[in-house]
Amino acid sequence: MSERTAATTDPDATDGADDSTETPTEITSGSTSVVRALENAGVETAFGVQGGAIMPIYDALYHSDIRHVTMAHEQGAAHAADAYGVVRGDPGVCLATSGPGATNLVTGIADANMDSDAVLALTGQVPSDMVGSDAFQETDTTGVTAPITKHNYFASSPDTVGDTVGEAFALAAEGRPGPTLVDLPKDVSLNETDREPGPAQAPETCRARTDPADSQVEAAARAIERAEKPLLLFGGGVVKADAAEVARQFATEHRIPVVTTMPGIGAMPEDHELCLSWAGMHGTGYANMAITHTDCLIAVGTRFDDRLTGGIDTFAPEAEVVHIDIDPAEISKNVHADYPVVGDAGRAIERVDAELDEGPDAREWVDQCLTWKDEYPMDYAAPDNEPLKPQFVVEALDEATPDETIVTSGVGQHQMWAAQYWTFTEPRRWVSSHGLGTMGYGLPAAIGARVAADDDETVVCVDGDASFLMTIQELSVAVRENLDITVAILNNEYIGMVRQWQDAFFEGRRMAAGYEWCPQFDKLAEAFGARGWTVDSYEEVPDAIEEALAYDGPSVIDFHVDPAENVYPMVSSGGANGKFALSEDQL
Amino acid sequence: MSDNRTGLQGPAPDERPHPDGRRNAQGIRIDPEAESEHEPRRTVFSAIVEDEPGVLSRVAGLAARRQFNIESLTVGPTTVEGHSRITMVVEEPEPGIDQIEKQLAKLKPVISVGELDDDAVRAELVLLKVRGEDPDKVHAITEMYDGRTLDAGPETITVQLSGDERKIDDAVDAFRRFGIIEIARTGQTALAHGSKKTVPGEEPGTSGEPTKPNTNTQ
Repeated sequence: MSERTAATTDPDATDGADDSTETPTEITSGSTSVVRALENAGVETAFGVQGGAIMPIYDALYHSDIRHVTMAHEQGAAHAADAYGVVRGDPGVCLATSGPGATNLVTGIADANMDSDAVLALTGQVPSDMVGSDAFQETDTTGVTAPITKHNYFASSPDTVGDTVGEAFALAAEGRPGPTLVDLPKDVSLNETDREPGPAQAPETCRARTDPADSQVEAAARAIERAEKPLLLFGGGVVKADAAEVARQFATEHRIPVVTTMPGIGAMPEDHELCLSWAGMHGTGYANMAITHTDCLIAVGTRFDDRLTGGIDTFAPEAEVVHIDIDPAEISKNVHADYPVVGDAGRAIERVDAELDEGPDAREWVDQCLTWKDEYPMDYAAPDNEPLKPQFVVEALDEATPDETIVTSGVGQHQMWAAQYWTFTEPRRWVSSHGLGTMGYGLPAAIGARVAADDDETVVCVDGDASFLMTIQELSVAVRENLDITVAILNNEYIGMVRQWQDAFFEGRRMAAGYEWCPQFDKLAEAFGARGWTVDSYEEVPDAIEEALAYDGPSVIDFHVDPAENVYPMVSSGGANGKFALSEDQL
Repeated sequence: MSDNRTGLQGPAPDERPHPDGRRNAQGIRIDPEAESEHEPRRTVFSAIVEDEPGVLSRVAGLAARRQFNIESLTVGPTTVEGHSRITMVVEEPEPGIDQIEKQLAKLKPVISVGELDDDAVRAELVLLKVRGEDPDKVHAITEMYDGRTLDAGPETITVQLSGDERKIDDAVDAFRRFGIIEIARTGQTALAHGSKKTVPGEEPGTSGEPTKPNTNTQ
């Protein structure tokens, strides 16, 4: 896991890590042992909210060099830790107290679980002898979070709690990443110990197989050699395994076109000739055509989510499937894998590459894919007599920002436009809520990403009006910490994806979809102490973006965009990818 | 940016080429020559688990949230301190059975898990309470099924039976004539036949002691 850290952090950050271990926390109690375990694991930052049962841990943090970012709400802490982990490549850490603190974390933990993001959550708990008595702020946190964590722990002793925290941290990053949680009864935190936690190791029962079996590699290689229409599908696993470089090399060396999933965005540069961008419900037409017609789908680090596959019966209907994944349980879960390869994404690609006698001859197929690129261009109309188009705003932001800008988003139409019209060229730059689809993810994620990123990197949050309103309180954190974040709200005064579906599938009955009561976000931003702009026309776009980016602190641009604009292409839910609609009348 | 207002460009859905291929509900490409619908199959899983609080609820919760159809679930200690054995009878179509094993293996307290072969030794215990009006006949049926009488009075007789599922089912049918007042069944528990390992990595004769994490799935 240490290699993946090195790939994304700058040399200065390494110095920072050394600093934090120079004065390790002295172990006198369970809570100091917890903090020491975090320090030993190289944790530099934690996000959280104070509260009764977690107070001993915070008290121990008081003496630690670990930076703590107080969030406005525990959900924000979980999302910030999640995004921090995505950008940095090692687990993010969040803290909350018992009861409501822990339950507020739940959405963020579930989000991390669905997107396989490494997060360690530490929750306070009522004292051990009060557990089960329905004490003040008591919730069965391990019970509540069992289905949404890789594993969770109930700390039982101050002597072992440090080991437990170290194990939970290591487990979060082991194999397929995901969230873990340690519930910390107050007495366990407070009671005395001087025991030094051992090295952080994932439990023996959870060690992942990284090197694939020879027989699997050979079978996959033969299938790829036979293929006439091979297609690579890069999922989030390629990004998480830091395998983008190896994966790109494989694609370009053998001239195999590449489709990504949404979490896999950035695994292949989207401006590369062979990159067909992302497939699925709102993916590009050409990606969906390629998936529909491939005879050999080489899927790496993906779980074949329904938003990618559409109806299973029509998904890649003629393809033999080579499925590379580090989690054996993903093999043949949703789509049958003809050639499973269980192992680390990068290692598996290297092994398959070495096993190929000759690459597939796919010149005609590549030409066909390039033809589809021309046939189904990603485009939108922007007539002068219509309101500002959201896609234009995304393109303008992309143009005005450096190449490796980090983009976070909420969930909904704005998320789709951001993913469609921003051209990503590097991994760990697109930070979004994919599997769980958590509205409100964007702003706290931008905070986590900002803290994780280097100072010279740009962080933009593309948000929707309804999404932004769900976690807007975190703007106070960005102001307090003076975080240089630019929030671009694509404000259509609707919970827009719902409105689009109501128009398409519910005969236009826009029940509870109108958000015309949204506040004036520019003024609200100013009230928080951030800077705010409102943009109503194309003419105002460049200046507002320039000013907001130039401002060294949190800024919010409220783009009043066309409320009638819809997200296309679109594969209807459970439909065939190849039958994507280009407009509402084709649905 | 262009000025067409009708949406994106490109041939309409019906004007595009579409392949003939299909997959079934399990995501398997349907080959006309080998098309098969997977029928549910009944099978037994055995798992050696770390005996820690909540392990049973983790296993049961996993089955519930992934809609695995569990017939029975038993758990008990082994002779190795800190290790328990869970035996689970499930009925699922083939891909589901594969999923159960893999998802169980992912649980942190699960040390090793395996599906038992058909020749595995299986047994279940049942307690039956029937009306005590006809003690001789109850006794005869109990004998017939190698059972034992645990409690007998003028009102009720409680017997204990054990054996494989089919024998138990037959016995329960036989006792129905007396009027079954209450019944408690443990569910099946099982071990592999002869010197076969019940779960991967388990050494026969040591009750699970040297089990290694099951990392070689797929």
